[in-house]
Amino acid sequence: MTMTEQTEHIIEINHLVKRFGDNVILNDLTLNVSKGEVVVLIGPSGCGKSTLLRCLNGLEPIQGGSVTLHGEPVEHGKPSLYNVRQKIGMVFQSYDLFPHMTVLKNITLSPLKVQNRSKEEVTEKAMELLKRVGLEDKANSYPSELSGGQKQRVAIVRSLIMNPDIMLLDEITAALDPEMVHEVLNVVLGLADSGTTMMIVTHEMAFAEAVADRIIFLDGGVIVEEGAPAEFFHHPKTERAQRFLKTFTYSR
Amino acid sequence: MQGIEVLFMGNNMLRLLDGLWVTLRLSLISIGLSLVIGIFVGAFMLVKNPVVKAICRVYIEIVRIMPQLVWLFIIFFGITKLTGINLNGETAAVIMLTIWGASEVGDLVRAAFSAIPKHQFESGLSLGLKKVQLYAYIIFPQAIRGLVPDIINLSTRMIKTTALVSLIGVTEVLKVGKQIIDANRFEYPNAALWVYAAIFMMYFLICFPLSLLSRKLTKKRGE
Repeated sequence: MTMTEQTEHIIEINHLVKRFGDNVILNDLTLNVSKGEVVVLIGPSGCGKSTLLRCLNGLEPIQGGSVTLHGEPVEHGKPSLYNVRQKIGMVFQSYDLFPHMTVLKNITLSPLKVQNRSKEEVTEKAMELLKRVGLEDKANSYPSELSGGQKQRVAIVRSLIMNPDIMLLDEITAALDPEMVHEVLNVVLGLADSGTTMMIVTHEMAFAEAVADRIIFLDGGVIVEEGAPAEFFHHPKTERAQRFLKTFTYSR
Repeated sequence: MQGIEVLFMGNNMLRLLDGLWVTLRLSLISIGLSLVIGIFVGAFMLVKNPVVKAICRVYIEIVRIMPQLVWLFIIFFGITKLTGINLNGETAAVIMLTIWGASEVGDLVRAAFSAIPKHQFESGLSLGLKKVQLYAYIIFPQAIRGLVPDIINLSTRMIKTTALVSLIGVTEVLKVGKQIIDANRFEYPNAALWVYAAIFMMYFLICFPLSLLSRKLTKKRGE
């Protein structure tokens, strides 16, 4: 992935400020994501990574700056938000499948009702995506019959079927057992290989290194360091990043 | 001389069934009104305005801490004393049951909506659903699933509470039973046992299926 000026920016974040009361969460943050790029946000808890993703999807009002998707503003509370959101897929830590619908219904609800696509096309596409994540036999199951890892894979499919321009993954493996983490992250690696633009918040450092084109290290609401994963993980430039990465290694 | 004969003497059984119909009629009208009003109470409780919320909370708590019998007397005797309007017993009964039922339904509606995790709203929105679609496809179906078993339970409690209205002279099933017992006090001293047993069976036959239904629906909700 090259980061030349010619590449098309999917998301542009300009001088974004997010406050909760007097508490500044994101402080004048500027960041662009190009088409096909996988950006991984890491940083200590409370550094604003998840809040940043939520701002990108208009789930949080912002106090300054702007977020645009293909030049269209993403603004909390504006009617235009409903159109912009169709192009942004978001997956949460807690999967949030709709418990009263089968897996297939969960996946097809939005393309049918929001995008008014035909039932045959959507069902076919849903089955194809389920097959891709190894869950084609679960189409008629209810979410309660699935394991955490399976639910999360369905949640990914539910976002993918909307053909989003970018996928936002907010700590999608934080609630899973190690083995399930693996199966979910393999799906994400597959997406990265097929050129899906993604912004990922994760605490899985090995995964971050494998999947990322670019690592953004956030602390205190600002970008402290950014760079290619190999460089960031093995030769971090800032003292803050070095200290953070040390917390993942053990010695006695 | 068996008390059980009393049940089948003359038109006693028919009178009991008539009484049961009064019980059911009062219950159905009150449950219906409670649902309609209670949904509004619940909606008001979910409003962010603290004043509206407080008023609803006070209403629910006051209704809860006072025995239904006290409410019944306040409405039946109190209103007449204050305003001179003479409510008939059935009207007073329906008013009492509705004031109580609506407060309970209101609280159940509030609880059912509050129980839906915030992330259900957010994942619906992030899929591009409009507010109306979000509520129609995701929020209401889940809230109603949570609500139905509780409403059925409340209905059985309301049916049983109608027994109180015999105290203001409404001849529902319990009152009819008492009349039959009193009329046969000397010839059939143990009639009370049989009459009350019959009334017990009547309540049971109405409430038990409801109770089973509610249990079944609760299980289903557990998914």
